[in-house]
Amino acid sequence: MMSLIIGLGVVLVLFILYMIFRIGNLVGLVKGSKEGEHAGNDMHGYLFMVFMVLGLGLFGWYSYTHFDSYVLPVASEHGAITDGLFWVTMWITIIAFGLISIVMFWFTYKYRYNANRRATFYPDSHKLEIIWTVIPAIVLALLIFRGLRVWNDITSPASEDAEIVELIGQQFAWTARYPGVKDKQLGEVNYKLIDAVNEFGLDLTDKNSFDDFKSLELHLPKGKEVLLKIRAKDVLHSVFLPHFRVKMDAVPGMYTNFKFVATKSTQDMRNETGNPDFNYEMACTEICGKGHFSMRFLVVVDEPEDYEKWKAAQEPWLKQNPEYLTKVPSALREVAMIKSGIPVESEAGVSATTQTVSISN
Amino acid sequence: MATVDLHTQADVHHHDDHDHEHGHGNFWTNYIFSQDHKVIAKQFLITGMFWALIGGTMSVLFRLQLGFPDADLTWLKPLLGEWITPQGKIDTEFYLALVTMHGTIMVFFVLTAGLSGTFSNFLIPLQIGARDMASGFMNMLSYWFFFLSGVIMFISIFLSTGPASGGWTIYPPLSALPQAMSGSGLGMTLWLVAMALFIVSSLLGGINYITTIINMRTNGMSFSRLPLTIWAFFFTAIIGLLSFPVLFAAALLLIFDRSMGTSFYLSDIYINGEALPNQGGSPILFQHLFWFLGHPEVYIVILPSLGITSEIIATNSRKPIFGYKAMVGSILFITILSFVVWAHHMFVTGMNPFLGSIFTLLTLIIAVPSAVKIFNYVTTLWKGNIIFTPAMLFSIGLVSFFLSGGITGIFLGNSAVDIQLHDTYFVVAHFHLVMGAASFFGMLAGVYHWFPKMFGRMMDDRLGKIHFWFSFVGVYLVFFPMHYIGIAGFPRRYYSWTNFETFNSFADLNMLVSVAAILTLAAQFIFLFNFFYSMFRGKAAPANPWKSNALEWTTPRNPGHGNWVGEIPTVYRWPYDYSKPGAKDDYIPQTVPYSETPESNLPHENDLIKLEMEDKNAIVVDDKKH
Repeated sequence: MMSLIIGLGVVLVLFILYMIFRIGNLVGLVKGSKEGEHAGNDMHGYLFMVFMVLGLGLFGWYSYTHFDSYVLPVASEHGAITDGLFWVTMWITIIAFGLISIVMFWFTYKYRYNANRRATFYPDSHKLEIIWTVIPAIVLALLIFRGLRVWNDITSPASEDAEIVELIGQQFAWTARYPGVKDKQLGEVNYKLIDAVNEFGLDLTDKNSFDDFKSLELHLPKGKEVLLKIRAKDVLHSVFLPHFRVKMDAVPGMYTNFKFVATKSTQDMRNETGNPDFNYEMACTEICGKGHFSMRFLVVVDEPEDYEKWKAAQEPWLKQNPEYLTKVPSALREVAMIKSGIPVESEAGVSATTQTVSISN
Repeated sequence: MATVDLHTQADVHHHDDHDHEHGHGNFWTNYIFSQDHKVIAKQFLITGMFWALIGGTMSVLFRLQLGFPDADLTWLKPLLGEWITPQGKIDTEFYLALVTMHGTIMVFFVLTAGLSGTFSNFLIPLQIGARDMASGFMNMLSYWFFFLSGVIMFISIFLSTGPASGGWTIYPPLSALPQAMSGSGLGMTLWLVAMALFIVSSLLGGINYITTIINMRTNGMSFSRLPLTIWAFFFTAIIGLLSFPVLFAAALLLIFDRSMGTSFYLSDIYINGEALPNQGGSPILFQHLFWFLGHPEVYIVILPSLGITSEIIATNSRKPIFGYKAMVGSILFITILSFVVWAHHMFVTGMNPFLGSIFTLLTLIIAVPSAVKIFNYVTTLWKGNIIFTPAMLFSIGLVSFFLSGGITGIFLGNSAVDIQLHDTYFVVAHFHLVMGAASFFGMLAGVYHWFPKMFGRMMDDRLGKIHFWFSFVGVYLVFFPMHYIGIAGFPRRYYSWTNFETFNSFADLNMLVSVAAILTLAAQFIFLFNFFYSMFRGKAAPANPWKSNALEWTTPRNPGHGNWVGEIPTVYRWPYDYSKPGAKDDYIPQTVPYSETPESNLPHENDLIKLEMEDKNAIVVDDKKH
């Protein structure tokens, strides 16, 4: 019943609008000849001016008063630099945008139709053409060269002692794998070894994998270079760390990399923003299915010593899943147990058989 | 001036009059399977409008979710059925389907077929002085392939598993694996089939446009006398011809990966508890192939609109377009560069960073010819005598959008800055303004301007202007706030942002955007009413309602198949002799010889009079007098 009333109301409104249109037409037909050509033309010139003034005013007002709501504080070394480039570009484009808009809308107002005037025949001017080809070209060249220098720095290889963290995207969650405190090397992985428990596809024949540990938070040291090694298990995902100005796709079948230095710990940021609950977050920015919008991953930046402590406190994956010791070649089992911290006596039988070999390792 | 090579085209053509078909044939051959370029153009236009309505409605549906995340949408159940969850929310997967189909429909069906299909078909023969396209039959096929493609895409919307939902860029592996999302099942298959047919349609059309422009210009219509519309359609068709086949290849390989077990794009995938056997492929390969079309595609979308705008701004400023040669040059330059900038969509996809540097360089170069075009439009307005017809208003709107959307390209094209902005709402704002809204405004401008030629009647002027102001303000209210949301890092294609503390703001701006989107869509119904009402009941159009110089206004009010009764007129000058000093009127149509306008001729044009007289075309001029 309600929808019927709404429907009738809509029909009625449409009918009234139609009648207004018809009456307007008929009135126009009667009066039309008197008003002359292009009656009401001026109004649009005025409207463009009003639009320009209001539009630029709103733009300036909102950009200024709400600055803090749309600018995320930056917390990485390269982020400060790309933000600088962003704001330089912003000022250049705002000036260009403002000038051209003002000139264009002013022209539409100033040169609106006047029956007593004639347009100026002005088909071309090589001088003007050259000026406004060369000036944008120079400005753009400056932006390009600055941009390329920054880009080359960001994408250059990470230093040898960079902290390595592997990030793995899957529908619809992230996991992180750390190389472990003993060997500081990520173990080999193979997607064919993935199962319900071995979610990394950890290849346990590689001894670097023994002390690798899994984390459901991304912990990063403050002030130290971090190299993210990123991969995906199923479809494309993308690592996005908004406060660090980091973004890189996660691609099944290959590793992608991003190196950066975090400059503010989570606590620093809590102090800076005055928000005691502040947390860094990581999001997915490549469409990956129905849960795309829910791939949140908590990021914690620690002071370097806290970071080391946190790492040391993590249990290697193998220790959490000791049944996978059977996948370790018997020659490496003892190493595996030592590296992953599984008490040797609990696996006495195994260790006995491999003791001699492990010494040679 | 553009009149040097006067008689290069003098004796190329010989047109017969035998193909005038005024009202011959039956309903089917006249209106359905017509080979008349004007009818085919109208078919493209109406089909395009149908799709625009669907695409626009889809955007309002997902804007409801984004602007009013807590609203109860149960009332949409009669329309969307199971896609509304029992809690009264849009299903998250269907949300992605809406986003995907909105993109696909708008980019391909509305702004490629609806725009190029309509105006290339309608204007090329009329403005170059030809009876029809080079091949009317191929032209007809082009429409019907498009129609078929549309039917298949339309059917896919109604599948129980949903239409394609992996984004309009259909990146694999998401689009290749039905187990990754339900839209990647039959919906994706139909998407690929529909797009394959669409590409066939697009190629058939493009070949025709190019051939017709090169071979069928009337006497005196040298390349340097072509209206800028034709130049734009010409380069657009060339871009399409070179880039669409690459999309076809990309789609074909995706079909193989989906159905025949190949591994072009797939490698090392573990999904739903199963490790797939595919190894060695690369999803990046698909992205390269896709964007090799995908980037030129944005120029396929915007160039025709820029051409239409050039014509309309010159006509209604009563001034020659400023820098005709620079305008042609910039289109040419954009055309060439459009093929070498594709990877700026891929800076952070894992592509070699060195490639990123190259593509940054090339991308920012393309800003120069684009800037030149804006400057030239503004200078055309300078000291004009501007008549605000609805077409003119929409053209000015286009320039404004092209400017505000274009400058944000300078951020995104710079790889270092793009890291943060990639796949955020900043990108959404950028491309919707620069290619979405701008092209759409060009299309509307074109409809308002050439409606009198299409249907012999005028559209209602006041409704057109009301339509403009609602749309102009509406579009800005929709897309301008998105810049702020984007700078704040909000990722696109998100169903909701409430999972993140970082993105837990801007509910107010998002609501504003959604309300503006609804109003803007509503304003389009003013246009629809005006269009169909005027088609039957509009004022009868005068022969040349906008006092334009171009050739199409020399045809009868309702041109039949063949366009001109009797000889096709000869062209003697470029189409932009507006407000020429000394001339009686403020316009001199292209068909007026210099010998008839001694009072306004420039010195070098007086020299051309002799050539005109020597030319055998002089006979044609005599013919016209009795």
